[in-house]
Amino acid sequence: MSYFSDIYNGIKTLLTGMSITGNYFLHSRKGAITQQYPDNRETLKMFDRFRGEVIMPHDENNEHRCTGCQSCEIACPNGSIEIIWDRQLDPETGKKKKMIDKHIYHLSMCTMCGLCIEACPTDAIVWAQNFENSVYDRSQLTKVLNRPGSKVKAGIED
Amino acid sequence: METVTEITTRNFKSQEYFINMGPQHPATHGVLRLVLTIDGEIIKKVEPDLGYIHRSIEKMSERDSYQQIVHLTDRMDYLSSHINNEAVCLAVENALQLEIPDRVKVIRTIISELTRIASHTLWWGVMGMDVGALTTYFYGFRDREMINDIFEETCGARLTMNYNAPGGLMFDIHPNFVQRVKDFIAHFKTKLPEYDRLLTGNVIFQKRTKGVGILTKEDAISFGASGPVGRASGYSCDVRKHHPYSAYDRVQFNEILDTEGDTFARYRVRVQEMWESMSIIEQLIDNIPEGEYKVKTNAVIKLPKGEFYQKVETARGELGVYIISTGTKNPYRIKFRSPGFSNLSLLNHITVGGKIGDLVATMATLDLVIPDIDR
Repeated sequence: MSYFSDIYNGIKTLLTGMSITGNYFLHSRKGAITQQYPDNRETLKMFDRFRGEVIMPHDENNEHRCTGCQSCEIACPNGSIEIIWDRQLDPETGKKKKMIDKHIYHLSMCTMCGLCIEACPTDAIVWAQNFENSVYDRSQLTKVLNRPGSKVKAGIED
Repeated sequence: METVTEITTRNFKSQEYFINMGPQHPATHGVLRLVLTIDGEIIKKVEPDLGYIHRSIEKMSERDSYQQIVHLTDRMDYLSSHINNEAVCLAVENALQLEIPDRVKVIRTIISELTRIASHTLWWGVMGMDVGALTTYFYGFRDREMINDIFEETCGARLTMNYNAPGGLMFDIHPNFVQRVKDFIAHFKTKLPEYDRLLTGNVIFQKRTKGVGILTKEDAISFGASGPVGRASGYSCDVRKHHPYSAYDRVQFNEILDTEGDTFARYRVRVQEMWESMSIIEQLIDNIPEGEYKVKTNAVIKLPKGEFYQKVETARGELGVYIISTGTKNPYRIKFRSPGFSNLSLLNHITVGGKIGDLVATMATLDLVIPDIDR
């Protein structure tokens, strides 16, 4: 007897479960969470805090806020940040001052932990929300964050 | 010269042979290799072979400062990354005897419980998929997506969040956080009964799981099982209850215990835990205390000389962090006691004598995360 009741219960519970899937099938428009990526690139908005990659914002005079204090380089656990710096003559004071030559960022080694941005005393580096980082050659993932010819904004001291 | 009868008896004789399950088997959820000794379909022995995803996180931690260790623990049990971070932070804070603000404690607890729900929904979907019900996978991931959005908005990442830092949090919660969590709780309360109707009540699923992979209470204790695996055997081992940390001492919740110890009991314990986690979040979300989100610590954290241990309850069980410090800015030795490793060690004990299909169902409810086992 239990053989037949098992079959009956099996079909009954199967139909109970299928009523849920059937319900979603009939009302599929209402609760759809699927996004049509990459067709929705224009409208896709990432959250403000999303960690895509590290960038260094420059203003219209091609000036950044990095003083070359190397806090980010020390804070980084993976060696993703390398700073090449030099002491150059400051035209305003006439004294020698530490300035960055190149702020090199190895995106391929970065684990997006955010410790460099926490450590920066002058907010020179921030997160960008770009997440499409695939390239054909690994060397393209090594980036120089400061633009050519840029200099530090006046009045930024660490 | 062999006769025909001799050849046939030799070929059809019962004989044992080895078969590799993994490292690329879909039911092992990662790079776990199981060397099975089987006789036909009957399992004689299960030997896990580890090392495929070993990254030497413990050794790397000896190189790093205490702030930098935290982000490595994201990569151990990636489904409960926030709880792993919390374990290291609590160990460092206890060693420094820092007074942590209430706001930090409450936020940490809420996010830990959200992580637990996210981990259990993923497990539920994958568990169904392992025993042949693909639909559960999509429903589990649909509800987990809402939690991932909350994490992405507040912490900046969906999985490897690194939101904790020794002394508090990296930054304050997002203004939308409270509303989003409330929306999720309201949404999930209507969806969790659907989970039961879809899978728990299904007779085919019950036939696959009831009486399979039975773990007794004595074995659970002697193998060091923890988390839902231990609690399904009646072993009361919830760290949140017995050694409360963060804000767990100020909320009311039940420790879910079961006595059967089989695969279905482990399934039931996890589904019930999602209800408990929701109740914990509901108790805390309305009154997050005002205050600082971080205590000021030195830029270079130096622990006093000595040994420090902190355990927390992750979605899989008890995670222990053991730090030996010699007074420098790096730990002399750091050891993680991960729940997955102990839970894997009892796999051979509870699956011997069963079928290969039972092994898949049992392994699904052990909820193994391989990077947690290998580290």
